[in-house]
Amino acid sequence: MSRFEVVRTGASAPASQPATQKAVSHRGAEPNPSAKALQDKFAAAVRRVEVIWGETVVFIDPASAHDVIRWLHDDESQRYDFLSDVTAVEYRDAEVPIEVVWHLRSLPFRRFLRVKAQIPKGEPLEIASVYDIYRSADWLERECYDMFGIRFRGHPDLRRILMWEQYKEGFPLRKDFPLRGRFSRSEQLRQALAQNPEARYSMEELSIADAFAELPEDMRTRLSKGERTGE
Amino acid sequence: MAKRTVEVELSTTGLDAQGRPQRVPILTDDGGGGLALQAPPAMEPDLDGEHMLINIGPQHPATHGVLRLVLELDGETVVRCIPHIGYLHCGFEKIGEYRQYNQIICWTDREDYLNSIGNNVAFALGAERLFGIEITERCKVLRVIASELSRIMSHLVWLGTFCIDIGAFTPFLWAFQRREEIYRLLEKWIGARLTTSATRVGGMAADIPNGWMDGLRQFIRTFPHTLDEIDRVLTRNAIWVGRTVGLGVMSPEEAINWGLSGPMLRASGVDYDVRKDFPYLDYETYDFEVPVGTNGDVYDRYLVRFEELRQSVRILQQAADRLPDGPVNIDDPRIILPPKSKATSEMESMIHHFKVVMEGPRPPIGESYFAVESPKGEKGYYMVSDGTAKPVRWRIRPPSFVNLAAIPKMVEGHLLSDVIAINASIDIVMGEIDR
Repeated sequence: MSRFEVVRTGASAPASQPATQKAVSHRGAEPNPSAKALQDKFAAAVRRVEVIWGETVVFIDPASAHDVIRWLHDDESQRYDFLSDVTAVEYRDAEVPIEVVWHLRSLPFRRFLRVKAQIPKGEPLEIASVYDIYRSADWLERECYDMFGIRFRGHPDLRRILMWEQYKEGFPLRKDFPLRGRFSRSEQLRQALAQNPEARYSMEELSIADAFAELPEDMRTRLSKGERTGE
Repeated sequence: MAKRTVEVELSTTGLDAQGRPQRVPILTDDGGGGLALQAPPAMEPDLDGEHMLINIGPQHPATHGVLRLVLELDGETVVRCIPHIGYLHCGFEKIGEYRQYNQIICWTDREDYLNSIGNNVAFALGAERLFGIEITERCKVLRVIASELSRIMSHLVWLGTFCIDIGAFTPFLWAFQRREEIYRLLEKWIGARLTTSATRVGGMAADIPNGWMDGLRQFIRTFPHTLDEIDRVLTRNAIWVGRTVGLGVMSPEEAINWGLSGPMLRASGVDYDVRKDFPYLDYETYDFEVPVGTNGDVYDRYLVRFEELRQSVRILQQAADRLPDGPVNIDDPRIILPPKSKATSEMESMIHHFKVVMEGPRPPIGESYFAVESPKGEKGYYMVSDGTAKPVRWRIRPPSFVNLAAIPKMVEGHLLSDVIAINASIDIVMGEIDR
């Protein structure tokens, strides 16, 4: 009485059983075969391939990030169907560009691939969203935007997720953000007390049903001007 | 209407005249919609299409922490769900950039606090990949024991709170009694119950004390009895089945695309388990099964997690049988602290002690993403090192964060009371989601 066929992972992988990696070398291990395929397919977009601690890293051109990931997802010989993580790395050295990192898994082939795109210094922190390929990118990209300020083009709802929407101190995981926060404790307290306790709902939520009509007059005018309130 | 039959026990003997267990058909529609009992649902009176906005949380016992859901209701049916998170955000990843690797282990306790020792193990494994360390055989087996105990603890909390959410109180008490036994074991081993900080880069904080394995064996022997009891009370209970079957269905393709992992993914019929597919700690040498559901609903998630409890006991038994003698920590004074007796009597050991504590071990330049199968799903630690004693970036891949992102998809079209059951079936821990 089952509704779904069971999907077996490793269905397309070679028959050998996966085993715990032993004595992984720092550099120079065999790269993931997908790296070679990517180099053949996207010769212009793939900048370099590294293998660190047995994990293959493919550095790609940020402009073609979406195409590369789309191909990795769709191509029959790759089938990276599981997006583990989207995140970013900023280095302590201010010269090194910020990297956007995708961790991809191919469940049928039991492969793991890290794709990186470096956003050059001085250019706007923008990159294409992979939301249309993986729905799991929804919150992961929102978090990345929240923490680093990287704008994912094409994401349908790029709002802050962990910090509240009126948070004005910037992007916490950037290296120029001090560990204690930008504002003093007293300023943070002042801002917290100055919050409008009515403003607990977002525009999207307030548009639901009759809630809008029941709001105080001043809030309604601000909302009609398009000002965002609440979380 | 596809008909799914679950054998349930009613308050009668549950047997029909021929002595066979009674079967109660439960109908679910093909679109993965709500539970429909045999009677066709009564038509709601038309309320002029007025929708209601209802807020659940952040301080609500059924949201398992500080989750806030804003629901748009049409009558009692959820039309839209907007989750809000971040009430528990502490900036763990930011703080980690200012801490040495061994100091970060204390933060991993507080992140998924129901699985603290499992997080310690996961973080230490990730850091060891970054340092290029091979740990000792005894340490591997001890870490398997720690991970599986932690899985049992986490699943027991999930089981207990799930029961409370649906209205069953007794299994909650049984589950928490057994969980208390594991906490006592951990206290004997590490000295702490919840915030264990049990591992170090290259080994463990402490070897198990004398006689500890007897306590573990006692637990392994008696725990399946509790599982059988809970199984008997819940699995074929008509109320339990009625509250869980057909809710929050995710198909295998959807589940993969939404990034679900762990029991959530396996209940949808994808047998992805990091322990089997990308093994670590020699999990491939243990004999255990990965339970897989085929309906992707709340009831299957319950079945999958329940079977995982039994499988964890199997792994614990094998680990207890094979635990080898020998050192727990690796023999490298640049990474592991010397024994206290040596640190106070030998000059070199004292210097090493000072350097490990004050400067911290330094990994080579590089990065690693190490994923383990946590009770919630695929938990990954991504660390980037620039050669100093503190990571440039420490990233947690939080399984329940990604699992929770699918809640709007799962609850829409269901009744308000089912939102609680679906939310409980995700097994969220806000400490991990908000970090």
